[in-house]
Amino acid sequence: MARRIASSPSLGLVDAAATAPVAVRGPAWDSRYTVLILFLPPALLLFTLFVVLPIGEAAWYSAFNWNGFGKPTNWIGLDNYRFVLETRAFWLALRNNGLIIAVSLLIQLPLALTLALMLAERFRGAVALRMLFFLPYILAEIATGLIFSFVYDGDYGLVASIWRFFGAEAPHLLASTDTAMLAILIVIVWKYFGFHMMLFIAALQSLDKNLVEAARIDGATRSQVLRHIVVPLLYPTIRLSVFFAIIGSLQLFDLVMPLTRGGPADSSNTLVSFLYNNGISRMRVGYGSAVGVILFTICVTFAFTYKRWFMRDE
Amino acid sequence: MSNVETTRAPFDPAVLYRALFLAAIAIFVLVPLLATGLGGFKSLGELRVNPFGLPRHWDWQNYADILFSKRYWQLLRNSLIISTLAVTLTLIVASMAAFTFAHVKFWGSSMLLSYLTLGLLFPAATAVLPLFIRVRDLGLLDTYFGVALPQVAFSLAMSVLLLRRFFRDIPYELLEAALVDGCSYIKFFRYVTLPLSRPILATVGTITFVNSWNAYLLPLVMLNTDELYPWPLGIMVYQGEYSSEWHLILAFITLTILPTIILFLLAQKHIVAGLTAGAVKG
Repeated sequence: MARRIASSPSLGLVDAAATAPVAVRGPAWDSRYTVLILFLPPALLLFTLFVVLPIGEAAWYSAFNWNGFGKPTNWIGLDNYRFVLETRAFWLALRNNGLIIAVSLLIQLPLALTLALMLAERFRGAVALRMLFFLPYILAEIATGLIFSFVYDGDYGLVASIWRFFGAEAPHLLASTDTAMLAILIVIVWKYFGFHMMLFIAALQSLDKNLVEAARIDGATRSQVLRHIVVPLLYPTIRLSVFFAIIGSLQLFDLVMPLTRGGPADSSNTLVSFLYNNGISRMRVGYGSAVGVILFTICVTFAFTYKRWFMRDE
Repeated sequence: MSNVETTRAPFDPAVLYRALFLAAIAIFVLVPLLATGLGGFKSLGELRVNPFGLPRHWDWQNYADILFSKRYWQLLRNSLIISTLAVTLTLIVASMAAFTFAHVKFWGSSMLLSYLTLGLLFPAATAVLPLFIRVRDLGLLDTYFGVALPQVAFSLAMSVLLLRRFFRDIPYELLEAALVDGCSYIKFFRYVTLPLSRPILATVGTITFVNSWNAYLLPLVMLNTDELYPWPLGIMVYQGEYSSEWHLILAFITLTILPTIILFLLAQKHIVAGLTAGAVKG
């Protein structure tokens, strides 16, 4: 930063005037404005047109009962929000998002951290295992969902054949309101733990090794080093990983569609799949926009509070 | 690691536990993938009695039928067109904006940058209905651009942040010297900034490509014609048609995720760095 101030453009131009023909001043400054006029607008335009305005419009449309054709005229005020909050499936979806967050924090995160601690060390096969564990993360959610709808299939699936091996009647996990969400939660862990593991490995590798060495020399045991030095140094990454787990859960959709489409009886909807099933696929623009605005409010409130409370120093 | 051991360490149960644990997780990850790949070689009857093991006789027909079908290649082609559009536009638009934010001081610069980073806070799904109406009113419904443009818009926030951080590290003296020599900002961008920034451009390109290649919701909302479907939509249609003929569906899944897996094996370092860097530095 200091260097930037020391060599600010005006200073540079004074130097330039001293050593180079006066004409130089012209093109450089002209081109600065050319850049402003040419380089910024495309990004700002695209962003405004496809990100910011739609959010504003969602708030506007949510006050209408509208099917998307013609102009919205049937103003109903906040009724759409009331309808959403009166829908049982909405609360189920919210609960499911809560479940996903709980599983991410209580199962996925410890698993990712444990694996990172194991695989950050150098040994034969460590890199291959890292890659293997990361692989599910880059597969499309749709493909993952389809693979697991085969795994869970009551007639042909892997789970069914294990059940049959023990002589039990094969369950249709995805067709029961009791097990559908559980089945989805397992897929979520399968797909995303590798990403969080990689975050931790990256953090572990940039850790100051001297601290660990020093503690070892002072006679700390392996587990003491882990508990009192390594994990505390990882707190920023843990906070980041939690942030991604929660934001990721709030936008989960693609994975649900091939597995259950949110069913049976809305038992496995997430907020976005609820939005899709009740707003988009039936073109209930007002109702769907109201759900969108609620989701937006949750995301933004969460992001700001979380940043303020937990990531102040970053 | 650094402790020198003079005598061979006695058998350590911790090492064994670690190996068993890693093996269990590896099996958990691998089995669904292998069963999918192998399932494509089985007949439906064999799949029912033997979903785990190697096929008793390898049936290449399922795979061959798909590989010689127009449908499979059309899906991949559509996905490739949409992803290429999204990557190209993101790289051009985001790097231009990032360059301005990194090197040109102007009133309101930091305000505009925070405006762009708002995009990090919420997913495209929240505004997908108004987005649909906007794309429809622009006449872009059922076109590749109708999918790619919103994807670019939603990837801008992260891309501009990553690129600006990198551009700012290019020594200011370089720009200064160039300006003194009569080089314009635009020429500097084209001949100095961009060539020096290949790693970060690759990173941003990778993130955008993977996101666009795997996307489902936006194409689902914006496209109506089967001929334009990218592969995630196409595979859902395929599954709907062959609802319980799992051997065909498994072969189809395998062939559609194959490009991703091959790309991953070829460029694993860039992909891992790209996808985690985007996360960490965002």
